[in-house]
Amino acid sequence: MSITLSFPLLAQAFVSGIMLGGVFALIAIGLTLIWGVMGIINFAHGEFLMVGMYIAYFLAARTGLDPYFTILVTVPALFLIGAGIFRVNIQPVLKDPVMNQILLTVGLMLVLQNLALVLFTATPLSLDNPYNKMIFNVGPVVIPLSNLLGFVGSLLGVAILWWFLRYTDMGRAIRAASQNREAATLMGIDVRRTYLVAFGIGSACVGLAASLMIPFYYVAPLVGAFLGLVAFIVVILGGMGNVLGALVGGLIIGLTETMGAAILPGSLSRVLTFAIFILVLLFRPQGIFGRRQA
Amino acid sequence: MMRNLLQGRRFIGFALLFLFLALLPLPLSRSPKGEYYLHIIILVLLYAYLSTAWNILGGYAGQHSLGNGLYLGAGAYVSTILFLKLGLTPWVGMWIAGAAAALLGWFVGYVCFRYGLKGGYFALVTIALAEAAVYLTTNIRWLGGARGLEVTWMGHRPLLMQFEGKTGYYYIILVMAALSILYTAWLDRQRFGYYLVAVRENERAADALGVDPLKIKTQANVVSAFMTGLGGTFFAQYYTYIHPRLVFGEGPSVQILLFAIIGGLGTVWGPAVGALILVPIAEFARAQLGGSFAGAPLLLYGAVLMVVMLFMPHGILGVVESVMEKVGHRGKAATGERASE
Repeated sequence: MSITLSFPLLAQAFVSGIMLGGVFALIAIGLTLIWGVMGIINFAHGEFLMVGMYIAYFLAARTGLDPYFTILVTVPALFLIGAGIFRVNIQPVLKDPVMNQILLTVGLMLVLQNLALVLFTATPLSLDNPYNKMIFNVGPVVIPLSNLLGFVGSLLGVAILWWFLRYTDMGRAIRAASQNREAATLMGIDVRRTYLVAFGIGSACVGLAASLMIPFYYVAPLVGAFLGLVAFIVVILGGMGNVLGALVGGLIIGLTETMGAAILPGSLSRVLTFAIFILVLLFRPQGIFGRRQA
Repeated sequence: MMRNLLQGRRFIGFALLFLFLALLPLPLSRSPKGEYYLHIIILVLLYAYLSTAWNILGGYAGQHSLGNGLYLGAGAYVSTILFLKLGLTPWVGMWIAGAAAALLGWFVGYVCFRYGLKGGYFALVTIALAEAAVYLTTNIRWLGGARGLEVTWMGHRPLLMQFEGKTGYYYIILVMAALSILYTAWLDRQRFGYYLVAVRENERAADALGVDPLKIKTQANVVSAFMTGLGGTFFAQYYTYIHPRLVFGEGPSVQILLFAIIGGLGTVWGPAVGALILVPIAEFARAQLGGSFAGAPLLLYGAVLMVVMLFMPHGILGVVESVMEKVGHRGKAATGERASE
């Protein structure tokens, strides 16, 4: 194994890592919203993304729709899927032990993965699209338009979500319910509805991410298994429920993935990603920016 | 007095069940589809065994590892590499495999519990470790990389744990499963078993009473990993082929815990009951639906897991027990007792 390191290669990896990190952040923010607000660790989050990616793929491939217009379908569809699953599966176990909730979402994960395997087979699908071929050259670095749009779109999504949580009544209600469920109820907030909406929005985040990724990322039944774990890693890095933390965490993991791939042979960069995750969980489970809770 | 009698009676029941299972290959060998049925029973026993091992930490001590594939894979890889590179018989290799898995189990347990990881966080670390093992082995050519390792077929050589037909494998896993269940039944009445339950029910109280939760949980993980590592050797010998995702992946990790949870967490018979009910259904589904439905078993497992968590979080034995209680049978029936409550 010969490892050649060059400045252009590293610069390329750096830029690609930032672009990818933005999308990771968007996925992770969906997860952290649900986790932070109602304490549900949704192991099927990556599978929601996979579902969104199949929707985006087939819409764009079958109807010739511009892949970015699929956002108009994937975002509401994933909101409804998320809210529906919350209503049927999550709400009944909200007061159960944490492990039962986790196992329930693990079951959901298995169902979605294997349903996709049955319906679409294991063959990865990549969308043939012009955005992937439009390329900017910045010095030695090559940036496909699809990756740039994915990054910008993700940041926009994060910004909108941030604005929503901060300045709308619903956003305030969600934050209130996450801080103190009883107090929020006493203030006249319908906590159940708040949870439903939060779960829907968290899922809608991966709907947006799915449409933004499909021009440059493959989709396969197991695509969510890794991306879901990445989302967990980002959430832990950034601190649970922390939007800005997730953004930084996303960039760190995006960079680890691409810089690691440039430096290490094979898929060893994945091992690096997991190593970071384990170390952070052990030594700073509250995240890089989190404060230790009593 | 009563209790001893009951224990004696339970032991006779266990012995009769074992005898029945030990004689089972005789009629099966006359049946045209006997080998296939034997295969399914082997899978039932294998998963009953692995799930029983998981149950020691997951059920009794209440720490749910979602990455026991780590120990399964470690066991499978260690004994297979020893066999392929040094010609060491898996009969010896399995103990080294078990020891290696136990060492990993000690490390994982000590580090995680030392830093107070619980619940979802512990589950996430165990998943991450198993996934890291997938990518690590995939990138080590010496370990066969992504293609994995094939256990070279040397003919019918019982001394190399290789058998013509399935009967030989059947007896090995039957003994392993029986011993694991006997061990759990014994544990159920031992000080160590009570400590595990105490730590699960209230760690702080246990600590205050002089039970060291870190030590107890780590020990439980060592025992659990050791048993799982032995199972890994059997897995490799039986399938004669292993690759990183097959043993370290989330497939085995999830299946290992599934049967204990569906059967009844922290019970002696829960894992076996779960495996006995689910494995045949999943295998028949796989056989009926054929290759076009590759995900059938896991799809079924996922759906069952959801239903169980929604409607009967104490598993099948939990339901049986509450029904028995309603009917009026006092005390704990022979269906296997829950370790607590």
